Formats: sequence, structure tokens, C-alpha cells
Amino acid sequence: MQSSSTPSRSDLAGWLYVSPLVLVLVPFFVAPILVVLAASFFATDGFGGLTPGFTLASYVEVLHSALTLKLYMATIKFTVLTWIFTLIIGFFVAYFLVFHVRNQLLAIGLFLLCTVPFWTSNIIRMISWIPLLGKEGLINQALLGIGVIRQPLEVLLFSDLAVVIAYVHQLTIFMIVPIFNSMARIDKKLIEAAIDAGASRFDIMRLIVVPMSKSGIALGTIFVVSIVMGDFFVVKVMSGGGSASVVSAFYEDVGVLQYPTAAASAVLLTLVLVAIVSLILRTVDIRQEITR
Amino acid sequence: MSAVLADMPGAVAPATTKAIAPSKGGRPWTFYVLATLFAAYVLALYGPMFCIYILSFQDIRGGLVFPMKGHSMHWFVDLFTQVRTGDVKGSFDRSIKLAVIVTIITVVVSFLAGLGFRRRFRGDTFVFYMMIGSLVAPGLVLGLGTGLLFQALGLNASWYTSALGAQLSWTLPFGVLVMFAVMSRFNHVWEEAAYDLGASRWQSIWLVMIPVLAPGLVAVALFGFTLSYDEFARSLQTAGSLNTLPLEIWSMTLNVTSPSLYALGTVTTIVSFIVIGASLGTIVLIQKKRGSRSKG
Repeated sequence: MQSSSTPSRSDLAGWLYVSPLVLVLVPFFVAPILVVLAASFFATDGFGGLTPGFTLASYVEVLHSALTLKLYMATIKFTVLTWIFTLIIGFFVAYFLVFHVRNQLLAIGLFLLCTVPFWTSNIIRMISWIPLLGKEGLINQALLGIGVIRQPLEVLLFSDLAVVIAYVHQLTIFMIVPIFNSMARIDKKLIEAAIDAGASRFDIMRLIVVPMSKSGIALGTIFVVSIVMGDFFVVKVMSGGGSASVVSAFYEDVGVLQYPTAAASAVLLTLVLVAIVSLILRTVDIRQEITR
Repeated sequence: MSAVLADMPGAVAPATTKAIAPSKGGRPWTFYVLATLFAAYVLALYGPMFCIYILSFQDIRGGLVFPMKGHSMHWFVDLFTQVRTGDVKGSFDRSIKLAVIVTIITVVVSFLAGLGFRRRFRGDTFVFYMMIGSLVAPGLVLGLGTGLLFQALGLNASWYTSALGAQLSWTLPFGVLVMFAVMSRFNHVWEEAAYDLGASRWQSIWLVMIPVLAPGLVAVALFGFTLSYDEFARSLQTAGSLNTLPLEIWSMTLNVTSPSLYALGTVTTIVSFIVIGASLGTIVLIQKKRGSRSKG
């Protein structure tokens, strides 16, 4: 780092470089959040009109409704299940690529193979489960064919199971990339030294690989948790309307122009999300992590 | 998230990597278990997508599930000619234009921000966390806020104003994070050397940094284009009266139950693959050119 004899000048240069970024984020991130915050205190005429003012009615309504608790329970259930599965799959896929694939060019090729779907449409990837999981889908056909079941399983599509499958399908990549990144930086000499010192492979996993991948896991967790908690279309489509999450209820509220209630619930959700993310950020300095 | 992605061909370091297990001879049993897991993961990743690509080539009797009923391009024609499936052509057009604009802005702004974040300055943590906030905030909520803001200011929401801004609030944090990873591999000695040889700040950026960082900038462009082209939640309340492609797909999932939907999936995926292929091809080409020049 430079000596800070002329702090004001380097501050100015820094701000000059990030000013375009700030000029986008202020009107399109800070201002909209403030608008939603303001709207949560407004009253409504029930037809989409907002009456400026200050009332906590929307919060009282949201917090008193039994539905809120149910929505949060459903959202947390989806988040936790998705997190567990993406973490397990993501960790072992990254582990395989970093420690088991000997040819590095091959490892990078396989890694790219995992990332390509990330650059294609999420909605399309979600509906692509229909021909597999549907009542007349491939899985039911196969199970009927080998005689495991007599009736097609209806629980496969348009159920909570389908929602979790779709999430895991879309989001495992968000675990693989940061975990791969931190694992790839583990010095192999460290592991050789551990082997020489008599560590078992389980010890290496427990004492070296897991602790040193912690920041990647934290980063992946932030991505997965914030995306699942902020999602509504996977829940809506894959549950066939049978399940709802906090944001899908928000979407319905907006659809019937219940802006203040929707805004109040959005503010609550944002607070929950901020709390979770800052808890995770306490365990890892992501800026350090990315730039290192 | 993509220190590795940003310059992957460059990352081909000399073979210092060895498996934990002895690098010659038999593989440990975990290798076979994990290889199976990996294969299953890739199969689950691609399998469903290929199902819908195949099913989109059915003929007029086609349904949403296997078995395949005939082979034809019927549903692709249907997609672009039928009124009932909505304005696919128009939304396709708009999405491509929007993605190009978003890509250009994302590359320029992320590059500048990357330069800015190289040194600490007062308030940098604030800007950084504002960016992270923009990344993790629920897209639908931000979109609604932007929509209401435009309404309150008496502006019309449209795909090239409010939706453009809403998408940038999503692509820029990604772009800057990729830039961080790219910049962390930039050797400052080259920049110092440029100054010593009398380059101005502008010349050192234009003649030294941009050529060196070119593969990383292509990676940022790839993120910008694909994230915008597929963006849905933030555009929903901000696109105004004319739909972008993901919004069109969304409304189709709610009311179209024919293989047209799959045909649209195939078409958008082809576009994504062209963009991915072109970007990766460009990165490889730049690296190759560099390799041959340093040898020659």
C-alpha cells in the first residue's frame, strides 16, 4: 500500500474510478430500496393508489398473520434443504476436480463443463424437468416399466421435492466455483507434509482441506441462501402453485396491488437476509478472499 | 466468484499439481466414488436440458413428454408465426439489443471500478458493501422499487431505461467481482515500467493494462451478456409494456402447453451457446497469439 501522505488526492482518484458504479447503484439499488421502505409505511386505497403518510398498519398486518410464519417456515425449509444438497455436491465435485484429476488441463475442461449451464436460461433449465418428472415422464415410465410401482408417482413434479430438485440443479454451480477456487489455492506441499507426518486421508480432509475451503464455502453459502430466499418463480412453477415462499407471496400481493403489505413483507425479508449475510461475512473477509 | 473462470487458459500452470494419493499407480477407492458422483452430477445437469431440445423437434402431434412423436421443425415455425404464443420475435430482438447495451456498460464500468478498488480510499468499504447488497437483494423487490420510483417520478418504465438500470444493478456486481479476480493477477511492475518509460496514465491504461487484461475483460463481457439476456426477476416490474425474452418465456410457462415452449428453450440456448463459444474462443485466441509472440 502507498504511504498516505496525500490521502485526499488518492481518495479523489479512487472515487473518480468508482463513480460510474456508484452512479448506477444509487438510482437502481439504494433508491428502490428506500422507495420500498417508504411504501411499507404508506396506506393504500385498495386499488393500487398509495396515500403518503406514516402508518405501521402493514407491519402489524404482516406480523399478525399466521400466513407469514407459514411462509417463512416454507422458505427456510427450502433454503436449508437446498443449502445442504448444494454444499455436499459442490464440495465433493470441487474436491474431485482439484485433488483427484491429475491432468490440470482436463480439470479445467471438466470445470468449464460444470459452468456452461450457468450461462443459459434458468427458466428453461427449470421447465426441462417436466419431461422427466411429470406423471407420464421418463422416471415414472422407467419405474412402471421395471415394475417397482403400479401407479405413476405424482409426488415427483409439482411438489416440494420438485422445487428442491430445481434449486439444487440451478445453484450447485454457485458452491462449486468458490470452493474450487479456495481448494485450488491450497499448497500441495502442505498435504505432502501431512502425509509424511503420518496423517490419514481423513485427517487431511478434516484438518487441512475443510478449514482452508471455509471462505469458499461461506461465499457459496451467501449466493445460495440469498438466491433461494429471493426466488419466487421456481417455487411457483415447480410446486404447481401448491407451495409458496415469502417472495412468491410478495409477487401475489403485487399482482393484486397490495403494495404496502408487499413492501412491509419485503422489508422484513431484506432484514432477515442482511442478518444472515452479515453473520456469514463475519467468518470471512470476502474482499480479501477475492483479491488475494 | 470466478477467479478461475476469468483467465482459465492462462491458469494452465506447470504441472505442480499432484493428487493427494500417490501420483503413480493405483487410484484410491475415493477416486471411483467421487468420479461416479461427478458423472452423475454432469448427467443431471445436462440430461433434462437435452430432453427438451430433443422434444422440441417433434411434429404436430407432439406433447410435453416422451415418447417422441415424429420429427419436424413444426414447433419452431409455430413459435415465430403463431399470435397465441405472444410476441416472441419482438422480445427476442429487444433482449439481444438490451444485452448488448448492458454488456458494453458492464465492461467499461467494471473495469474502471476494478482500477479504483486496487488502492484503498476513504469510503471504499461502503461502496463495496453497497455492491454486495445489490447482488444479494431479492430481484423482485428491487424491480418493484424501481418500478414504483419511475411511477413516482412520472417516468415511463421501459426496457431501455428502467429495465436497463435494474439489470445493471445485477450485472455490475458480478462484473466487478470478476474484475477483482482478474486484477489480482495483474503484475504492477508492467504498469510501473510504462510510467518509467514516460507513459501518461491514459497511455498506461490503454497500451498496457487493457491488452494484458483482455481475456479477463472478455470474461466480464460474457457475464454481462448472459446475465442480462436471461435476467428475469428484476425486469418483471421494470420492463414496461414490451416484454423481454425471459418475461415472454415466463408468460408462456403459465399458459402454453405445447412443445413451442421447448422450441423457445432450444432457440435461446443456441444463442447462449454461440455467445459462450465466441467468448471462450476469443480468450483462447488471445492467449495463443500471446504464446506465439513470446516464443517468436
